[in-house]
Amino acid sequence: MSDIDTADPEIAPIKRPVRWHILVFLAPAFLVYTAIMILPLIETLRLSLYNLVDGETVFVGLANFVTLFSDPRLAANFWNALGNNLIFFVIHMLVQNPIGVALAAMLSVSKLRFATFYRTAIFVPTLLSFVIVGFIWKLILSPIWGIAPSMMDWVGLKWMFAPWLGKPESALITVSLISVWQYVGIPMMLIYAALLNIPDEVLEAAECDGITGWSQFWKIKLPLILPSIGIISILTFVGNFNAFDLIYTVQGALAGPDGSTDILGTLLYRTFFGFQNQMGDRSMGATIATVMFLIILAGVSLYLFVIQRRMRRYQF
Amino acid sequence: MATARTSYLRAGLIHVALVSYTLIALFPVFLTLINSFKSRNAIFREPMAIPTPSTFSLVGYETVLKQGDFIGYFQNSLIVTVVSIAFVLLFGAMAAFALSEYRFRGNLLMGLYLALGIMIPIRLGTVAILQGMVAAGLVNTLTALVLVYTAQGLPLAIFILSEFMRTVSDDLKNAGRIDGLSEYAIFFRLVLPLVRPAMATVAVFTMIPIWNDLWFPLILAPGEETKTVTLGAQMFIGQFVTNWNAVLSALSLAILPVLVLYVIFSRQLIRGITSGAVK
Repeated sequence: MSDIDTADPEIAPIKRPVRWHILVFLAPAFLVYTAIMILPLIETLRLSLYNLVDGETVFVGLANFVTLFSDPRLAANFWNALGNNLIFFVIHMLVQNPIGVALAAMLSVSKLRFATFYRTAIFVPTLLSFVIVGFIWKLILSPIWGIAPSMMDWVGLKWMFAPWLGKPESALITVSLISVWQYVGIPMMLIYAALLNIPDEVLEAAECDGITGWSQFWKIKLPLILPSIGIISILTFVGNFNAFDLIYTVQGALAGPDGSTDILGTLLYRTFFGFQNQMGDRSMGATIATVMFLIILAGVSLYLFVIQRRMRRYQF
Repeated sequence: MATARTSYLRAGLIHVALVSYTLIALFPVFLTLINSFKSRNAIFREPMAIPTPSTFSLVGYETVLKQGDFIGYFQNSLIVTVVSIAFVLLFGAMAAFALSEYRFRGNLLMGLYLALGIMIPIRLGTVAILQGMVAAGLVNTLTALVLVYTAQGLPLAIFILSEFMRTVSDDLKNAGRIDGLSEYAIFFRLVLPLVRPAMATVAVFTMIPIWNDLWFPLILAPGEETKTVTLGAQMFIGQFVTNWNAVLSALSLAILPVLVLYVIFSRQLIRGITSGAVK
């Protein structure tokens, strides 16, 4: 580290000039970050404990949360959104991350031709905005245009086609799969990086012991990339419980049909801003945001303090 | 001999799998782009065909440019993105330098505090952010978006840049100090040029979510004057749902700049990810 600061002030009580430059270096980032991110977050948490009573904002304790969990209309919406959000997350974990790992495993096969091309191409959807992705898939799946049914006709599956986005039972799965399509690039890249970091000696040693191909992947590589799988899981978790744009674009703020694709992000938007004949409610919006905050915090803490601690890391 | 054959077979299977997934990834984008250059009839009659002279038409683009102020939206997106990235890089690098270079009381705590935002999304503070922006009179200004995106980008930028700054040699900085350079000169003239590759990586990571964001433009700056491309396209398409030419052209216009930038910066981006910048 720096030579100015090698002496411990406790041992050598020499009066040092205040190092203003440290303050100057830290101040802009600290101020912007605190003012725009941390304070509003705290303020939002605080607002969830207040509500309007006779036109005045008063402290109501946990009454907003009680309303959120028990008011017939609101609670139904909330539990529905939370349930949908869980399904949304589970689909990502079961489809997006395994596909991402599989693609990364194939890409990292040594001396594979065109690997750069595949990698670049598969990452393209990840760069597009939800708005673009949402509308493209809406058009493709639209029965009016007929791209999806005619493509399914080629493989003789036309009878399976249905307006998936319009049916309550299939809409959530369809939207989740669109999101998976878009985001598969992220697990792919992170796992690919982790696979490249495995030293050749380890793989050569495995080959000497006759462990190749499939069993090499399962027995050697997979245990070594487990920490990265942990990271993509927590990234997926945070991203999913905070998602909004795709559902808003594809299904609108009401997250139809019949609320079947409503997740916490869209519920927050509708509650906070109001929609159609429903009035916007700031306190309730803050309450939902607080619940989302607690869910994300719980997930991140579980990851940091339980999963990451238990995970064995290998140093090369 | 047998192993050689199985390895060929394996490589073949891998290529088949990767090519199929590449098609799945690119096909929707390709489909949108080709159909945006076709006449309405051709879009429905032969959606898969590449535009030919007889089906070629720019009617969609004409509608888009006449009806929506896409050039204005582009300008807004560009201003917001570029200014935010500039602030994120400058402030982020300064803070990262302070954290990685100096030992002072509260260093670790400050680092943890600034890293909180990597995991906790800024969106959750929206209720109070909007309130604050209303109080400051910043609603429907690009300044509001720049502020929010700067705050959003800083945590990851500081985290990545301080990792890189630890690798800059101490001898170099100490030589600078002996030659009488101030701490500011050491940062701006010695350290910054050396971490330029890391800065490029951070710039790309910061850019994508800003350019694509719908939430904050929708809430903080929905006015016609301050619409970004993402919001502009969203609203435009909402109005013109039945005009397929216009919708496809609007989508293509929103895709193109991202694709062009990606082609230019993809090496940088992928190297950034695979070199372990985000761990």
